[in-house]
Amino acid sequence: MEKEHLYQYIVGIADNNLVLGQRLGELCGHGPSLETDIALTNIALDLFGQTRSYYQYAAQLSAQHQTEDDVAFLRKEREYRNVLLVEQPNTHFGHVIARQFLFDVFHYLFLEQLLHSKDDTLAAIAAKAIKEVSYHKRFSSDWVKRLGDGTEESHQKMQEGISNLWRYTNELFEMTAYENEAVKAGIGIALSELKQNYYKEVNHILEEATLSVPESPYFQKGGKEGIHTEHMGYLLADLQYMQRTYPNMNW
Amino acid sequence: MTASLEPNIQPDLIETLNTVSDPEIPVLTVLDLGVIREAVEQEGKVLIKLTPTYSGCPAMDVISDDLKAAFAKKGKSVEVSLVLSPAWTTDWMSEEGMQKMEAYGIAPPLEATADKDALLGNSKLVKCTQCGSTNTRLVSQFGSTACKALFQCEDCGEPFDYFKCLK
Ligand SMILES: [Zn+2]
Repeated sequence: MEKEHLYQYIVGIADNNLVLGQRLGELCGHGPSLETDIALTNIALDLFGQTRSYYQYAAQLSAQHQTEDDVAFLRKEREYRNVLLVEQPNTHFGHVIARQFLFDVFHYLFLEQLLHSKDDTLAAIAAKAIKEVSYHKRFSSDWVKRLGDGTEESHQKMQEGISNLWRYTNELFEMTAYENEAVKAGIGIALSELKQNYYKEVNHILEEATLSVPESPYFQKGGKEGIHTEHMGYLLADLQYMQRTYPNMNW
Repeated sequence: MTASLEPNIQPDLIETLNTVSDPEIPVLTVLDLGVIREAVEQEGKVLIKLTPTYSGCPAMDVISDDLKAAFAKKGKSVEVSLVLSPAWTTDWMSEEGMQKMEAYGIAPPLEATADKDALLGNSKLVKCTQCGSTNTRLVSQFGSTACKALFQCEDCGEPFDYFKCLK
């Protein structure tokens, strides 16, 4: 696979982690309780750690001698290729948990396959990440059940989160040109093959949580092609502020 | 543990390596933690392969700096490289490290099945570091850092961290 295309493939994976991590990071000090606050920011830290591994690898492949920070902070909105789901705002805790849960189930299934990638670096990152993501998934599924099967209000808010974000789930399985190429090279994952297991697992947990599975008449997509929802610009303004204001700063 | 997963550490470097500890759990040396996968001296340079516990663990950068400082004291320069594969597991922590951790107030990881049961709240297996009772309950799956969960003892009331099993 051509270096530049592999770069694009890796960045596509990593952007989901970066953007979701940024959303969770916004909750630092603002979580509904100390324990959930700490849990969500720890999850953010795991996601950022994984993202760094991906970006470091991508930076090595880049023709423009980029650093991991360049890849993370200095692209334009259209060049970020995360799914729309992860950029959705922290409306309320039901949304935060729904977003996390809908992503975690996918993330786990994805890493399970990436483990077998012919690309040794990606396989190694996946082997490391999947251990962490199993904890994320356990955390978010537990909260879906606890809130769904909780009080009338928690049930209603959890359902609201799931119903509002459901329309973004289908995009998780959309394939871009780079992804198709990566699959052919034995490096990438055929996402459509994860779909059935994904909905089976998600539906099972929603059922257990006494929540109803939404029947979305339409699904939204675009993020993976760089066409984002209106929330993305604000998120990037925050994310990129330091690097744009003080160019080349690092830790 | 299979033979291929044994770290390759040059015996005369052990003494210096043991002076470097985990910044988060200072009673544990980097060797107790099992994060040093290789340490060999070649042409006057110490080459160290370090593996992270968790991907985002901020302690790794500090450990890397501390290793350089420790060997600099001996007049040796160090090159640290980060390796991801094979991925770190709590199995690589030394028996002695587990005991030191418990004495320090952090419950050491149980084996995988017991760990899962404890974290799902199915059974009471995690021992209170204060009084030794296993009548403890999970407060949160994530504690002060990503590698720990928060527990509380139902007998003596002590809240404490449990180092989660990572396989
Ligand atoms: Zn106790």
